[in-house]
Amino acid sequence: MSILGWTWIIVGLTFSLYIGIAIWAKAKSTGDFYVAAKQIHPVLNGMATGADWMSAASFISMAGLISFIGRDGAMYLMGWTGGYVLLAMLLAPYLRKYGKYTVPMFVGERYYSQSARVVAVICAIFVSFTYVAGQMRGVGVVFSRFLEVPINTGVVIGMAIVFFYAVMGGMKGITYTQVAQYCVLIVAYLIPAIFISIMLTGNPIPQIAFGGSLSEGGQRLLGTDGGYLLDKLNMLSTDLGFKEYTGQGAKSTIDVFMITFALMVGTAGLPHIIIRFFTTPTIKGARASAGWALLFIAILYTTAPAVAAFARTNMIKTLHQKEYTSAPSWFKNWEKTGLIAWVDKDGDGRINYAPGAPFKGKPAYAAEKGALGQSTVSNALTDNKNELYVDRDIMVLANPEIANLPAWVVALVAAGGLAAALSTAAGLLLVIASAVSHDLVKNVMAPNISEKGELLWARIAAGGAVCVAGYFGIHPPGFVAQVVAFAFGLAASSFFPVILLGIFWKRATKEGAMAGMLTGMGFTAAYIIYFKFMHPELNTAENWLFATSPEGIGTIGMVINFVITISVSMFTKEPPEEVQNMVESLRYPRSM
Amino acid sequence: MEVSPELKAYWKQNLTYVSILLAIWFVVSYVCGILLANSLDAIKLGGFPLGFWFANQGSEITFVILIAVYVKLMNKLDIKYDVHEQ
Repeated sequence: MSILGWTWIIVGLTFSLYIGIAIWAKAKSTGDFYVAAKQIHPVLNGMATGADWMSAASFISMAGLISFIGRDGAMYLMGWTGGYVLLAMLLAPYLRKYGKYTVPMFVGERYYSQSARVVAVICAIFVSFTYVAGQMRGVGVVFSRFLEVPINTGVVIGMAIVFFYAVMGGMKGITYTQVAQYCVLIVAYLIPAIFISIMLTGNPIPQIAFGGSLSEGGQRLLGTDGGYLLDKLNMLSTDLGFKEYTGQGAKSTIDVFMITFALMVGTAGLPHIIIRFFTTPTIKGARASAGWALLFIAILYTTAPAVAAFARTNMIKTLHQKEYTSAPSWFKNWEKTGLIAWVDKDGDGRINYAPGAPFKGKPAYAAEKGALGQSTVSNALTDNKNELYVDRDIMVLANPEIANLPAWVVALVAAGGLAAALSTAAGLLLVIASAVSHDLVKNVMAPNISEKGELLWARIAAGGAVCVAGYFGIHPPGFVAQVVAFAFGLAASSFFPVILLGIFWKRATKEGAMAGMLTGMGFTAAYIIYFKFMHPELNTAENWLFATSPEGIGTIGMVINFVITISVSMFTKEPPEEVQNMVESLRYPRSM
Repeated sequence: MEVSPELKAYWKQNLTYVSILLAIWFVVSYVCGILLANSLDAIKLGGFPLGFWFANQGSEITFVILIAVYVKLMNKLDIKYDVHEQ
C-alpha cells in the first residue's frame, strides 16, 4: 500500500480513537470540566502532561533545529526539561493542596486582590493564544504534506476534532485523549530513531548509539571509514566550513545560560502545565506525577539529539557533492513542497553544501524547470558557495524516507505530529476556557451563576477559543516565531516569581505582587518588543543588555520581579491573618 | 495560627531537601552543561565529549532522578512528621 493510503488509515484510526474517548469521558460538572474531578492516576497524568507539553515544535521542529545549530541546541533540551524539577519541588504539590481550579484564582486569593487576578487572567490568555496559533498551523502543515489536502482544510479538520473533545469532555476528555496521544507520538518518534540508530551503529538505543562508533553497515551507507559517529560529524562539519558540531556554538556562553534559565522558569510558570497537577487525587500523587511527566518527556528529549546527529550526518553524506540527477527520491519529494531547494551556482550539476543561506528568504519557485529537471527559484542569490536550502522542519518528517523505512512508519510519523499538535492545543484551549468562565464570568461578571450555567459558559468559551485558534492557523500572523519568546519570557517574569513567593514567603503582599508582576512583565515585554518588532536591525549582541538576547531576557525580568516584590512587600502592610493561615496550610499535605 | 515545633521542623527539613536537590540541578545543567562545558569536552565518554554529553543527555537523566529522589524523601518525611494524607 502507498504512503498516502497508510497515512489515511493510521490518522483515521487515531482520530476515531480520540472521538471515542471524548464520548466516553463527557464532563458532567464544572469539577469534571476544570480538573477532571481530581481523579486522574499519577502515571496517566504524567503521560497526559507529556502530551500537553510536547507540541508540534518539540515533535517536528526540535531535532531539526538542533541538527543545524549543534551544541547550542542543548539549551532547548535542558530548558524544556529542567523546569519540571522546579515544578515538582516548588509549585505542584502546594498548588494541588490549594485545590482550586485555575492559576489566576490562586493569584487572586493569595494576594487578596481582584486586580491581581485580572492581571493573571490576561497573562494566561495571552500566553495560551500565542502558543495555540502555532499548533493549529502545525496540524495544517502535516495534513498538507502527508494527506495532500490544502493547509486550510487541514486546520479545519484539526479544529473540528479538538472542538469535539475539548468542548464536550473538558479536562476529563482532554486528559484521556492526551494519554492516547502520548502513546501515539512517542511510538512514532522512537520507531524511526531506533531503525536509523541500528542502520548506522548497530545499536538499537539512540541515546547510547550516537556516542558510539559506526557499524560496518553504517560505514557502507555513509561511504566513510569507521570511528565514533560524533568525531565523523565534527570532521564533516569542519571540512565544509561549519563549526565543530559538538563544540562551542554561535551563541555566547552567557546568552545560552540566560536562555536556558528563561525556558526552565517559563516552563514552570506556564498555566496549561500547572493546571495538569490539579487533576491528581492527592498531593503525593501530584509530586509523583511530575516525576512521571518528566520521565515520559525525557524519553523524547534524549532521543532528539541522537536523531539530530544521525540526520545531520546522513544529510551531508547523501547530498553533498552528489549529482542532482542521482539525488535520493526523498529529496525530490520534499522539493515539491518547497521545503528543500537547490540552485546550481557553479553549473556543475552537483549539490554543493556550505555555510550560509544559498539565496535570500524562503524559496519562491520560478515557472520553468532547470536543465536537470530541478525546480528553480526566483530569489536573489547570495555570493557564498552554498547551493542547498533545507527547511529545518523536514529533518524529523523526512527521516523515515531518508532511511528507506516502510510506508507505515512514514504514516505513523504523520499521526505522531498530529497527536503532538492537537494535544497541546487542547490543553491551552482549556486554560483559556476556564480563565473566561471561572475567573471572568463566575468571579467578576455573574457571581450567582448556577453550576450548569457556568459549565455552559465554559463550553462556549472553549468553542470560541477553538475558532480563534483556527483563524490564526489559517491566517498565521507573520510574527508567530517571534512571539514564542514572549510566551516563555512572560511566564518567567510574571507567574513564576509571584506563585513561588506566594507559597514560600507569607510576608509577600498584594502591593508587592502587583508591582513585581507589572515591572517584571513590563520590562520583559518592552525589551522583546523593542528588539523583535521595532528595531529588528539592532538585535545583535553589542546592543543587548547583560549580553542577553530577547529569548533569554525573561531571566532578567524574573530577577526584577523578585527584587521588586520583596522590597515593596517589606514596606507595605503585612497580608491579612487568614491569607497567612492559608499559606501556612499549603505546606502540609494533610488538612490540619 | 500557632505552628507547632514539629510542623516547623517538617518545613525546615523540606527546605533542606529542596535546597540540596536544586543545588545538584544547577551544577549538572548550568555548571557542567554550560559554564564548564568547553573544558569538560577534553574528557571523553565513549564518543561523547563530556560537556556535550552533560548538556544533551546527562542533565535530562539527572532531572528525572532528582524528582524521583524528592518524591521518595518527601513521602517518608510526611509519615515521619505525621502530616501525610489519609
